[in-house]
Amino acid sequence: MSTRLHIDWTRCDGHGSCAELLPELLAVDDVGFPTVRTGDRDPLVPRRLEEAAEHAVRNCPLMALRTYDAS
Amino acid sequence: MNAAFWALGRGTGVVALVLFTVSLVLGILARSGRPVPWLGRFGTSDLHRTAALTGTGLVLAHVGTLYFDPYAQLKLVDVVFPFLGAYKPLWLGLGTLALDLLGVITIVSLLRHRVGPRVFKAVHWGTYALWPVALMHALGNGTNAGSGWFRALAVVCISAVVTAVGWRLTPSYGDRGWQRNPRRTAV
Amino acid sequence: MTTMTTTTGSTRRLLGGIQSDAVRHEATHGPLPQLGLDEVLALVEASGLTGRGGSGFPTAIKVRAVASGARRPVVVGNAMEGEPLSHKDTVLLDRSPHLVLDGLQVLARALRAKRAILAVGPEIDPGPAKAAAGGRRGLEVVHLDGGFVAGQETALVNQLNGRAAVPRDPFTRVTESGVDARPTLVLNAETLAQVALLARHGADWFRSAGTTDDPGTSLFTVSGAVARPGVVEADRGSRLSDVLEATEPREAAAVLVGGYHGAWVPARAIDVRLTRSDLTPWNAAVGAGVLHVLDDRTCPLRFAAHVADYLAGESAAQCGPCINGLPRMASDLHRLAACVRDPQLPDAIVRMAALVKGRGACAHPDGTARFIGSTLEVFRDHTAAHLQGWCPSTMRPTMRGVS
Repeated sequence: MSTRLHIDWTRCDGHGSCAELLPELLAVDDVGFPTVRTGDRDPLVPRRLEEAAEHAVRNCPLMALRTYDAS
Repeated sequence: MNAAFWALGRGTGVVALVLFTVSLVLGILARSGRPVPWLGRFGTSDLHRTAALTGTGLVLAHVGTLYFDPYAQLKLVDVVFPFLGAYKPLWLGLGTLALDLLGVITIVSLLRHRVGPRVFKAVHWGTYALWPVALMHALGNGTNAGSGWFRALAVVCISAVVTAVGWRLTPSYGDRGWQRNPRRTAV
Repeated sequence: MTTMTTTTGSTRRLLGGIQSDAVRHEATHGPLPQLGLDEVLALVEASGLTGRGGSGFPTAIKVRAVASGARRPVVVGNAMEGEPLSHKDTVLLDRSPHLVLDGLQVLARALRAKRAILAVGPEIDPGPAKAAAGGRRGLEVVHLDGGFVAGQETALVNQLNGRAAVPRDPFTRVTESGVDARPTLVLNAETLAQVALLARHGADWFRSAGTTDDPGTSLFTVSGAVARPGVVEADRGSRLSDVLEATEPREAAAVLVGGYHGAWVPARAIDVRLTRSDLTPWNAAVGAGVLHVLDDRTCPLRFAAHVADYLAGESAAQCGPCINGLPRMASDLHRLAACVRDPQLPDAIVRMAALVKGRGACAHPDGTARFIGSTLEVFRDHTAAHLQGWCPSTMRPTMRGVS
């Protein structure tokens, strides 16, 4: 049961809450949009970060994030 | 006992108004995308939501205590349908209107992940109607409206909102603090 | 625009003369068989047919995905031809619209599709296709709008759903929910034409051309420094030099394989086979078969800068990394093309290219990054000269705005 994080780029406006809540997975580029530290499109969310990821998903003001089961 | 209800009714109303003012200003701050010292972007959004929900809870207490206060003469219909009340129908009606707006906005906001960003955003714009309606209700209906401390409080709240909204309307507000090309978006 | 076949011995399959007349079409190709779903699936799978619109995705997988949906699907033929260097769909719809519609019909019937739509792009005259569809029940030919990204699968579906012709979040696949919220099969017009031939002649016949891994023929659009630009039909897996031969190329410095989202193959490798494995070292792929020849009198950096401008302008502008990153790469490329002596330029461009990859709703930033990255890689020496202040193509220093 592996979880991945998906960014809906048509919604994302580079608000930046996600990178604050999930700094191990996400950083921010020089115009404010999130970058995935691993370089993946939809990064794998390690079990210990699952709660933080759900937090990030719920708190994105534009609802641009979701997690899904990638197994 | 009645005096207690009356005091509680007014007190919850005043605090709710202050909390909604705080929420509105924080909402504009959150939408701005600017990093807020100590709070951060997430903290700003979170506090905005907490203030709004706490204010909502206090509004329910406000309506509840006034309903049980015989002096207020609040009937059940007055809670939902505006401008039918016996005591100061216009100003009470505004309160009812504010409550109706608050109800819709709160429910849609709690269900925002279900209704989607477009619907959520459209309904959320209603907060710009909610706040002045609530303010007018407080000024017109509130027993303390004439007293100095309430007037001062109202002036502070109004100044805060006017400043925040003024900033909201400046052209540079929308880029969230970044030098970047704007996105073309349906939402 | 001329059309011709190569001399590598493959028969004219798709470009067999003008067949806008239904009677002549049937006389040439024979009657269209009525096939059930299992037959079609078996046929497409056995054939090894892959998408001719640029993805190279196995067609059988797409058809199977749509067949397993709960609702009756929609089949869409993609003749949007958003790539400016591509003309194959134009030619196909002009010469063999019946073949394209046959493919649409075969699939629609087998899948019990609710709708079968041929989406024709703004640059193509829909007249012949509409005339050809006139005698057939249930086929719609629509003339649509849009630019470069309008031919992208989800952008096309969006437009058919009455929304703006821009891509949507790829999380929901169109094979699950697309046009009218139904499972949707989007196939390139040429892929449909191949299906039409497959239905008549079978998988073994189909596999008699091309290679084992990539069978059949496909259409290539050749442009640039050639005497006879046009659309060429050739076996899959042909050598690049063989495909170009009939177009009479002048001395090529390099060939852009795959159009504006493609990559360069330098002249010394002109014999490369147009297969996935042989093109991988160049980070290239056949794509929609666009081959643009660059001679050594054209500055590749100036060419790339103009292409980058175009691609930046064609961004749907929905996604931050794309709408911000692409103009920056274009502007840096212009400075490089103008021989601005800033040694950081190539690195800055490469860094931005890496930054836009994978960060958008569609592959527009990825394709742009690939093209630009390939330009700097293949034309490394040329770039070095520019950084010294002179252009090997024009043999003189260039100033900004003058070439």
